[in-house]
Amino acid sequence: MNHRARVNPIACEAHGMCAELLPERITLDEWGYPIIDGAPLENRQVEHAIRAARACPTFALLVERDRAPAPARARRGERRS
Amino acid sequence: MNTLYPMPAEPLTPTAYQRALGLPRLLAGIRAHGALSLEDHVAIHGPLPASGGRGRRRARERASMLVEQIERSGLLGHGGAAFPTATKMRAVAGARGRAIVVVNAAEGEPASRKDRTLLETLPHLVLDGGILAAEAVGADEVIVCACESADIGIESVTRAIEERAAAGSERSPSLHVATVPANYVAGQESALVSYLNGGLAKPTFTPPMPFEQGVRRRPTLINNAETVAHVALIARHGASWFRQLGPPSQPGSMLVTLSGPLAHPGVYEIEHGSSLSSLIQAAGGTTTRVRGALVGGYAGAWVDGDLLSGVALSNEHLVAHGASLGAGVVLLLSEHACPAAETGRLARWLASQSTRQCGPCVHGLDALAMTVQEIAGGIAQAGAGQRIERLASLTARRGACGHPDGAVKLILSALETFEAEFADHAQHGPCDSCARPPEMPMPHRAVSQDASRGARR
Repeated sequence: MNHRARVNPIACEAHGMCAELLPERITLDEWGYPIIDGAPLENRQVEHAIRAARACPTFALLVERDRAPAPARARRGERRS
Repeated sequence: MNTLYPMPAEPLTPTAYQRALGLPRLLAGIRAHGALSLEDHVAIHGPLPASGGRGRRRARERASMLVEQIERSGLLGHGGAAFPTATKMRAVAGARGRAIVVVNAAEGEPASRKDRTLLETLPHLVLDGGILAAEAVGADEVIVCACESADIGIESVTRAIEERAAAGSERSPSLHVATVPANYVAGQESALVSYLNGGLAKPTFTPPMPFEQGVRRRPTLINNAETVAHVALIARHGASWFRQLGPPSQPGSMLVTLSGPLAHPGVYEIEHGSSLSSLIQAAGGTTTRVRGALVGGYAGAWVDGDLLSGVALSNEHLVAHGASLGAGVVLLLSEHACPAAETGRLARWLASQSTRQCGPCVHGLDALAMTVQEIAGGIAQAGAGQRIERLASLTARRGACGHPDGAVKLILSALETFEAEFADHAQHGPCDSCARPPEMPMPHRAVSQDASRGARR
């Protein structure tokens, strides 16, 4: 299962902690907001990414596992009788 | 010549051009003024197809038949994204919990008039579609969302709901109207859900997507008003009837809001894929030479005036021009207008319509607007072109909604299409046309925190 880093742009306030803690994947733009490489994280980066997410003052950095494709999810939630 | 805001909804009676094509479909029987009554509506379109009777099982069978029919019709959403309507319905029908249907007529697009035209003139067609959509996804409630500035439309659809109640309609979903703020972004799906849940009319971070958890945390189907109006006709006449018009990739007809230097600007129903020239002809032709056509609205793209005769109005064709139909907006810019000044103002307006939640959108659109205005004013520093490219890549795809993406697309398209004009301005400063009143509509309504908080229903 792939892990990816993603930012919640609404929550992000450009503190920049993530770029400090995960510089391999995150750089900052000219206003201080993170530019995230959205490709799957390498195994050894996952731990760093999770640490960066915990360090974010606004909890705007997310480390997500790839979700199952939409139809499968829809099927799981099918209404009973 | 600012004919756009408010725009006359004048030429709604079908033209000979439209009749020859088996059109109008949606606009059949429409009057120049006022809404079609329930009686007139039923006389023109026939009654709403039977719901399949009582009982859960029957209702479910009927629902899946309806969704299949819509799938076979190939209906794509008319709100701008052209997403397959049946796919959306399936996702909502499959999600856990009692669904709810939102008919989106928020129409924040300044150059679009089609949704309010539908509410004003054909409220029963929209309500039919809302009821059918509710039956398709097992919803017990339909909320029609109209823009607060569309007073006549709100009144018309409210009266239509009362008319149905008085006629003793047997169809189950309850029908409501909600008015939403007239901001550009308020009609975005998650903003609409946030507003209907008592929050601000601003996009939210997803997931959850509205189909999973939307209004009152229930699975929510959000369809554009025109989309459900097509559903009302597909349910009556069938999928193959629907596909008789338009290319296989985008069947059926569409409403286009055509504005600019024309004898009869207004809302027209055309076949997908018909030529822009025939539409312009139907509108009585242009009154001046045209510099360019903005296709798809303020998240759309420009087509150079010299290329207009080759344009066909389908997404399949428009891809070659880097454009798409969006919500069916075609705006012609007259030869009197200055494209550089118009784009500068528009970039500033688009920046003002940011809901100021996401940093890249707030800062990126602001910086882009400033740079475009500097170029148009002849005061840009060297390397402004590279600065625009850099800002564009820093702004697009970095917000919670598609607003920065659409704004960037439009700005880049204007710079490319009107390259010569921009180069001239960069070198010589403002032209004689720069001071003319704007041709492109930019309604001003502050995105205020308090004013746009929704009432919990």
